[in-house]
Amino acid sequence: MQHWKSRLPAYLLDIQREIEDHARGYGLDFWDVSFEILDYKRMQEVAAYGGFPARYPHWRFGMDFDRLSKSHVYGLSQIYEMVINNNPAYAYLLEGNSLVDQKMVIAHVLGHVDFFKNNYFFSRSNRHMIDEMANHATRVRRHIERLGLEKVETFIDSCLCLENLIDPMSPFIVRHGAEPPAPEEAPPPELPRLRAKGYMEHFINPPEFLEKQRHRLDAERDKPRKTPRAPERDVLQFLLDHAPLELWERDLLSTVREEAYYFAPQRQTKVLNEGWAAYWHSKLLTEKVLKPSEVVDYADHNAGVLATAPGQFNPYKVGLTLLRHIEERWNKGRFGKEWNECDDYDARRTWDKHLGLGRQKIFEVRRLCDDVTLLDEYFTAEFCAENQFFSFSRDERSGNTQIDSREFRKIKDKLLFQLTNFGEPFIYVEDANHGNRGELLLTHRHEGVDLHQDHARATLEALARIWHRPVNLRTLIHDKPRVLRYDGSAHSDEPG
Amino acid sequence: MALRIDPDHRRFRDIVRGKIRQNLRQYISSGELIGKKGDKTVSIPMPQIDVPRFHFGNQGQGGVAQGPGQVGDVLAPGEPDENGAGKAGSQPGEHALEVELSLEELAEILGQELELPRIEPKGKQRLITQKDRYVGIRRAGPESLRHFKRTFRQALRRQIMMGQYDPKRPLVVPVREDRRYRSWRTVPMRQSNALMIFIMDVSGSMGDEQKELVRIESFWIDTWLRTQYDGLESRYIVHDATAREVDRDTFFRTRESGGTMISSAYRLCAKMIAEDFPASEWNIYPFQFSDGDNWSSDDTLACMEILKRDILPAVNLFCYGQVESPYGTGQFIKDLDDVFRGEELLVTSEIKNKDAIADSIRTFLGKGK
Repeated sequence: MQHWKSRLPAYLLDIQREIEDHARGYGLDFWDVSFEILDYKRMQEVAAYGGFPARYPHWRFGMDFDRLSKSHVYGLSQIYEMVINNNPAYAYLLEGNSLVDQKMVIAHVLGHVDFFKNNYFFSRSNRHMIDEMANHATRVRRHIERLGLEKVETFIDSCLCLENLIDPMSPFIVRHGAEPPAPEEAPPPELPRLRAKGYMEHFINPPEFLEKQRHRLDAERDKPRKTPRAPERDVLQFLLDHAPLELWERDLLSTVREEAYYFAPQRQTKVLNEGWAAYWHSKLLTEKVLKPSEVVDYADHNAGVLATAPGQFNPYKVGLTLLRHIEERWNKGRFGKEWNECDDYDARRTWDKHLGLGRQKIFEVRRLCDDVTLLDEYFTAEFCAENQFFSFSRDERSGNTQIDSREFRKIKDKLLFQLTNFGEPFIYVEDANHGNRGELLLTHRHEGVDLHQDHARATLEALARIWHRPVNLRTLIHDKPRVLRYDGSAHSDEPG
Repeated sequence: MALRIDPDHRRFRDIVRGKIRQNLRQYISSGELIGKKGDKTVSIPMPQIDVPRFHFGNQGQGGVAQGPGQVGDVLAPGEPDENGAGKAGSQPGEHALEVELSLEELAEILGQELELPRIEPKGKQRLITQKDRYVGIRRAGPESLRHFKRTFRQALRRQIMMGQYDPKRPLVVPVREDRRYRSWRTVPMRQSNALMIFIMDVSGSMGDEQKELVRIESFWIDTWLRTQYDGLESRYIVHDATAREVDRDTFFRTRESGGTMISSAYRLCAKMIAEDFPASEWNIYPFQFSDGDNWSSDDTLACMEILKRDILPAVNLFCYGQVESPYGTGQFIKDLDDVFRGEELLVTSEIKNKDAIADSIRTFLGKGK
């Protein structure tokens, strides 16, 4: 069922169909993909819009466009592929690219679309985001017409300061209905008594004891109920539910939140997604699609995509090599108890049980993993050494950035730390009535690294604009608990 | 091709330039890309606005990467921590912002920075001529404008669609509906009605440094006036003891020697106005630059006479800029000021060095004449 018409010229459409047939043969499973050919200007525009043909008016898209077009003009980078997680998927080809490049991009995109469709982390994302984005654009434009660009844009900027305060896992948490509201006049719970036979009652539950129990219950009942009941990570949703916003403000905030959630899975699976697509474009092209005359050009461009300058982390490269490593391990049976307990270097090196489970395994990985689980599970000491990973940091004394370790454990910890929550701090809403003054209290779950303080203060300002009351952030600064506070006009900083 | 993103792009550049949303300026970081142009390495300014968020401070975080090398190998050299070894800095870091600008934008900024008023043109309507340009095709029009080729193409198309076309007997007969005509649009062309006359003293006492000052100042004046008038004529006069009209290039390059008779230039200027630019239709701006050293007081008297009689009545504004020269006495500006005290149409200013240029421009153009 194709309800859209492909805009590709016939010869490219034939190539697309051919590559799709091969891909299905390998077991890839994707939606229809609509390719569109764009000239470089439009390509940069679409890239600045995050892959979408239209977004709401905002300067930051202009900023990205500025960067993209400058780096294009000076030949520093070009955009190879772009694909939108949408059903049907939309992808773009750059006008004037060589045929080999187009083939490579088509195959690469099919890998991505297969990933979008089948990876668990994408399963809750909006598959009609193109329409949704266009709706957002229309709505924001309407607000701008009514209220003026300055006002709307300023509010969007405030929302963007908080854009990362979402809980990427929340779409997967199924709550069985709302919590039942506590009845206004709940019957007072019965006093707990110790069990006693009738004639012992007076001795076992003396009046003083009952009195004490009653006091405890009363105290419990009168204790102010906290909102939220448990610390809440989806700060944006909390603000939508509880901040005193006007309708248009609420609309903008929910727009920003919705788009943040849409893009979250792509940020969660950068390494795996790119690795998966690179794996398949190279497999499809080298085994099926390429003509002998095209091999050298392909190899050249492929090497460009996978190039890792010393000191860089290229998600395409890491993802691809890791997938190939997993495939090899499962092909040769290098897993399980026996393998893990084997200390014999030679035996490990020549270990091959001819299981041939590799392909099946990487399909499983693509269905279940995000970057964190991928690396946690499959980033092994061997893989680390083989691929010359190291960790680096800035030396305080010399100011140089230098290699600080080649130890597997350290490297892996650092890698996982950087990927967990996109390498961003965990921030929770703790209390919406802090100090019983209607102030908002956020907590930073400190995991060893302090927040950037200036930016944290500026972010509090944005938060205060939305909350309309003073806001507080509990965090650690140099290992000492502090509460940063912004009351709408001035910052303060108290030990907390 | 117009892009949907253009307004966003413009807005971003406006923010970077500080024209709008000043509160965002503090988050601008001036990144740069190192690129290549030919075989030269160029730095491409890449301003970036980082919306503040809760994120980690960066000290010593580093990351994970791939490649050869020993522990301790330097990947990127850096500056030692200021707070560590050296003294703590007390001044805020200075952010140099390079922004690429077009000349129009530059002029606009110039206008804003110097608070130059927009110029009120002389109290008569601008001269507007209209020009017809053929821009397309339409179905109706005068027969004289019938587009032969398009008409027959349309006829051919119609015949093919209706199955009346026989390739063996290729007969194409246009009917009335096939006729196509050229269509035009009338474009208003505003005629230039402003004239700048730059007069420069090139006598021996004007050195390279003085000419540099003149060159810079006239460039900015030129740029500003061009934004005020759609078309702008400029004429250039150089003089020592005699005056002659030169082209722009020569104006900035000639170095002559000899005496100075300012009256010669004034005569030429007056003649130019009288012959080519009737004062009733032109907004005229003479700018004279000199080191203020005239040959004789007789000549100075003659100058005043010509100014009063021929030039001032015709112009919007007469500007005299005096650069400082080691040789000259700089008397002329005093003479002018004495004679024309209270005269609104004559503005004088002294340009001692490059820093004084902005003030001088403000004096000249600040009246909005």
